Amino acid sequence: MSESEYSKSGSLRRRFFTQAGGGVALLALAPGVRLAELAIAASDDEPVSDKHRWGLWVDTSRCVDGCDKCVSACNEEHGLSGMDRPETDAQWIRKVDLQDEVTGRELSLPLMCQHCEEPPCVDVCPTGASFRREDGIVLVDKHICIGCRYCMMACPFHARAFIHEELSGQKTHSPRGKGVVESCTLCVHRVDEGRTPACVEACSNAGNDALVFGDLKDEEGRLALILDENEGVELRSDLELNTAVRYSEV
Amino acid sequence: MSSGAFQILRPGKVFWLTAGVAAALALSGLAGAHHMESAGHWVTGMNNRVVWGLPHVFAVFLIVAASGALNVASIASVFKKASYKPLSRLSGLMAMALLVGGLSVLVLDLGRPDRLIIAMTYYNFKSIFAWNIFLYTGLLVVVAAYLWMMFEPRMHRFVGAVGKVAFIWRLVLTTGTGSIFGVLVAREAFGSIVFVPMFISMSLSFGTAVMLLAIILMFRLNNLPVKDEVITKLRSLLAYFVITVAFFVAVDHLTRLYTVGDTGVERFLLVDGGIYPLLFWAGQCLLGTVIPGIMLLTPRLAGRFPTVVASLLVLLGAFAQLYVLIVGGQAFPMDIFPGYTETSSYFDGVVAGYQPSLPELALGLGGIGLALLIALLATRVLPFLPQAPVDQPGG
Amino acid sequence: MRRTAGKRLARGWIAGLLLGAATLCIPGVLFSDVAKPQIPSARGEQCVEPVEIMRRDHFDFMKHDRDTTVHEGVRSIKHSLAGCIDCHASRDTGGQFISINAEGQFCQTCHTYAAVKIDCFTCHAAVPATKVSQSP
Ligand code: HEC
Ligand code: HEC
Ligand code: HEC
Repeated sequence: MSESEYSKSGSLRRRFFTQAGGGVALLALAPGVRLAELAIAASDDEPVSDKHRWGLWVDTSRCVDGCDKCVSACNEEHGLSGMDRPETDAQWIRKVDLQDEVTGRELSLPLMCQHCEEPPCVDVCPTGASFRREDGIVLVDKHICIGCRYCMMACPFHARAFIHEELSGQKTHSPRGKGVVESCTLCVHRVDEGRTPACVEACSNAGNDALVFGDLKDEEGRLALILDENEGVELRSDLELNTAVRYSEV
Repeated sequence: MSSGAFQILRPGKVFWLTAGVAAALALSGLAGAHHMESAGHWVTGMNNRVVWGLPHVFAVFLIVAASGALNVASIASVFKKASYKPLSRLSGLMAMALLVGGLSVLVLDLGRPDRLIIAMTYYNFKSIFAWNIFLYTGLLVVVAAYLWMMFEPRMHRFVGAVGKVAFIWRLVLTTGTGSIFGVLVAREAFGSIVFVPMFISMSLSFGTAVMLLAIILMFRLNNLPVKDEVITKLRSLLAYFVITVAFFVAVDHLTRLYTVGDTGVERFLLVDGGIYPLLFWAGQCLLGTVIPGIMLLTPRLAGRFPTVVASLLVLLGAFAQLYVLIVGGQAFPMDIFPGYTETSSYFDGVVAGYQPSLPELALGLGGIGLALLIALLATRVLPFLPQAPVDQPGG
Repeated sequence: MRRTAGKRLARGWIAGLLLGAATLCIPGVLFSDVAKPQIPSARGEQCVEPVEIMRRDHFDFMKHDRDTTVHEGVRSIKHSLAGCIDCHASRDTGGQFISINAEGQFCQTCHTYAAVKIDCFTCHAAVPATKVSQSP
């Protein structure tokens, strides 16, 4: 979507928003809006429905180069300790440093499962272990995953990890184990309780507020308002996945 | 064709020696798989970037060759070429043996092979992979029925009909196998419709090479004469198939270069990707295509030995091709952010490393050992081989 | 050729019978040594279902409810695995929780006796969640 007419009309407003002033405005808005979101979050004993679609807004202008608070929060939350073997250790969220090949401009942003509306991983999964919950969160049902890793071949974001060894000391709310594939769950255990994902919380605790969690379908919600004002770049938009994670600029 | 025209091997020492080697390979494959499963996949060369490695190269090879091996039977019963008839049982047997070998490798490489029952009971019908599970087990059933029709005199009249079903089934099967990679639109090296005809031609080429080797080996072990006519025909068939594969490989690269404009991945695969261009040019093109192509088309080299060498070279090329296709296709980094250079701790923007490991190699070779073992032992139990020299119509 | 086939058939039968006999012996061998399970006691007034039913159907309940949580996001399931552990895990003399799947512990005793193998605890925590692991 990088060169649509859409982006031209939105560019002025976007520039306004991504500069410091816009940031302050967002901060001021934040507490009130978050309360509103808690109220609409799914209740504990009702099945999730497509009334909501959970998503993330990543304001790359606020994402600090070298900061990886979101990554360590995720690792802590899900007990992704790693075996010091970078090639096989799991990462659910990672910081990617970008440099524009022409202008040399640098950019730093978090990358994780984009929770596509048309997820390639779900399409290819032979057993249906990869699935998309009614509320848009893409998950692995680890009870029926056979570990074929076809989803990892299909994922355009390299967002998944295969567990290459036996694990111990797992967290009660995040069971993980050898031989199956996993990825960012958008902290589904927190979302179901009306809380925000660990990465979002950590980013806001650090005062950066580069990550905003919310309901894409809630027209009054903070996420929808931001996306009204900003273009909201989809990664690999050429694949028409309709991702639930949107970036301010890439 | 009466069943009297076929016989059960009377094995000699060489037979048991060959079977022993095959069994040893199969056992070491099991040992390799056991090691991978109990320690976890980190002991293999596979990682979070190259998720399919050597086992998949072997498995895809065996499965693709399996459907091609059935070609000889198809020629006999679908295209009514009587001179191939004495070989059609062996052809069906090789198809089943190779398929079982390939599927075993695929299953034993799963993260949770103990959940095989889940793979059989939970189906996602949108998944091309699930369809393939169907197609593979289906082919086993169809070929088993096909063989039964051949063995059972009362059923002979159905051989043609079942043969047609098997023929169509295996075309669909290779279409399915090619589509496993063809549907992966996110990766530049995959996601091409050319994969479908390419895989079909690959199956014909690999399968015919395997059949030539199988015929020569089985008859040797059995002290059976094979007359030259069939070998000569299969040789020229193989030559054409090798050329067809080369054609589709060229089309594949050219579409990516000129139509899609993915020059980066082409540079990687053809020029500066290290091991991958080397395997492509030296392994797949020179050793696997040009040399055997010339050997097969040279009448002076029509003897047994050059035929064996040429077939083995074709198979060597097959492995080179599948390695470049499967591993090379994953090693090349995905372009998640076009126009930017990417760096991260999760290997974004860099070529992924892959070092094949011993357990993987053992597992892959184990699949070949298992296929060979099944084929050898089956000839001990049922009359798969003709009694008379092969090229006499009707045996 | 007939004759050899007949011989082969006979050999097959004998092998089959031997194998069958061996299989029949296995349970005897397995169970002769194993004492009746000593099930560690649980916290709480009662189980989530009547004990009789629980003994018989616990895995079906859990399997059903697991899908409710994983696919429908319902967290207040009756037969939660985390719940079983909360009530059924025991502590050692030092007051530390012992893995519920360890030798002699709740999920393990009967299973050894019944020769059942479960894989749940390759992923699921086998001790109750502590305050530390429950994020703020
Ligand atoms: C490969 C890893 C894995 C294995 C093995 C596994 N689970 Fe799970 N299980 C999970 C994950 C992941 C969740 C989802 C947790 C969440 O969303 O909060 C889960 C959730 C559950 C839940 C709902 C949450 C809860 O605590 O009650 C139940 C019940 C459950 N599993 C039962 C089982 C049982 C019984 C077994 C053994 C037969 C088992 N699981 C084996 C990974 C696994
Ligand atoms: C509220 C605490 C609690 C929870 C939660 C709980 N149990 Fe129980 N369970 C008990 C108690 C107390 C007993 C003993 C009841 C009795 O003896 O009358 C018991 C008994 C049992 C027994 C019978 C043991 C025997 O003596 O034969 C089984 C089996 C069992 N529970 C399994 C489970 C499983 C599986 C779960 C999780 C789905 C679970 N329980 C959850 C408290 C609990
Ligand atoms: C009272 C004895 C007893 C206790 C305590 C017990 N189980 Fe079981 N469990 C059994 C028996 C017996 C079977 C086998 C039943 C069958 O196969 O019909 C079984 C089977 C299972 C199975 C299905 C295994 C399979 O492969 O089919 C699971 C899962 C399971 N138990 C989980 C648990 C968990 C988790 C606990 C601890 C919270 C537990 N059980 C405690 C007796 C028990």
